[in-house]
Amino acid sequence: MIEYRIDKRSGVATYMQIIQQTRQALRLGLLVPGDRLPTAREVVEATAVNPNTVLKAYRELEREGLVEAKRGLGTFVRRSLATAQTAPGSPLRLELAAWMDRAHHAGLSREDVDALYGDVREERYPTGEGQF
Amino acid sequence: MDSALSAHRLVKSYRGKRALDGCEFAVPEGAVTALVGPNGAGKSTLLALAAGLLKPSSGELRVFGERPTGRTHPQVGYLAQNRPLYGRLTVAETLRLGRAFNQRWAQRRAVQVLDQAEVPLDARVHTLSEGARTQVGIALALGREPDLLLLDEPLSALDPLARDETLRLLMGEVADRGMTLVMSSHLLSDLHDVCDHLVLLIGGAVRLTGPIEDLLAEHRVLVGPASRAASVDGVVQASSTERQATLLVRGESVPEGWAGEQPTLEALVLGYLRAARAR
Repeated sequence: MIEYRIDKRSGVATYMQIIQQTRQALRLGLLVPGDRLPTAREVVEATAVNPNTVLKAYRELEREGLVEAKRGLGTFVRRSLATAQTAPGSPLRLELAAWMDRAHHAGLSREDVDALYGDVREERYPTGEGQF
Repeated sequence: MDSALSAHRLVKSYRGKRALDGCEFAVPEGAVTALVGPNGAGKSTLLALAAGLLKPSSGELRVFGERPTGRTHPQVGYLAQNRPLYGRLTVAETLRLGRAFNQRWAQRRAVQVLDQAEVPLDARVHTLSEGARTQVGIALALGREPDLLLLDEPLSALDPLARDETLRLLMGEVADRGMTLVMSSHLLSDLHDVCDHLVLLIGGAVRLTGPIEDLLAEHRVLVGPASRAASVDGVVQASSTERQATLLVRGESVPEGWAGEQPTLEALVLGYLRAARAR
């Protein structure tokens, strides 16, 4: 089960934050097929958001074929977004971890790392290609 | 979707002065609506009409398809802004009144609300803080297990923690029972995180209403050369410096030479409020 962290100051719509965090968890293998997403009730209890917003996010994820609502039971993961490359222990991930160790060693702050990573990502993955 | 609450050419006058002047809106079942507007815009009058405590001067108001008939609809809960409670009763006695006056009464739910807010049941109501009185009022309203809950300025007296807990509780009712919720506030920031519908009331008239997401998608904030501001269509509100104009427009197109983006809800509401003031 995952827990959503809703940042009300981020400027990103709440339902979009739920969609993004779900995709992220699917990508990282934190959610796998068969897992149940928290019910709207559970999300509301944790973060005081509008349950209609949660359901709207789930409908969008369902439209994308990632999850499936089962009446009276909840919403379940249908498809994973994790690949061998993004799972824990994968070579790419280990390389990135090693790179980050070197960055840390070189005295880079968290913001420095984010900026550097973001910059290179922009270069290699210009926005407009793919999504999120 | 059916409307839980709707108004058509709704007018309410007090001694010849119009508090509501031709209101049109519809709130679908299950929606969480922010009723927003400056002080004196008619928000409390509108909620009191919906609660059946006032009669329209003309036009109509419907609650689950029916016109209120001089008493509160059995499916409706209402908390007035002045929190009408008997100061000399204890909280427990207040709940007992609630049980006596209502055919449908969920004592457990009412007590749960007060437990969560840490309001002692044996305290006399007049000894409670304004925030705690609000919680008693909400407990009374939720004890009716309403399908439509009308709350007049529910958050104004609450500290941030109580505010968060109250919203959580109300959102829980929406999640569990599909309750329709209408909350008024003169502060949009109180409500904009949790609402999916908006009714913006200014000077007794509804200036803007609908699903918040649609409203945002239908508007743009345009920034561009002040010299060409006059040629832009659909301007709701404009402000400008010598060279640069910032326009709130209704419409999705962005004219050439302008930068445009969707407004935030706050910018949208402020734009309409400023436009009304300038008129």
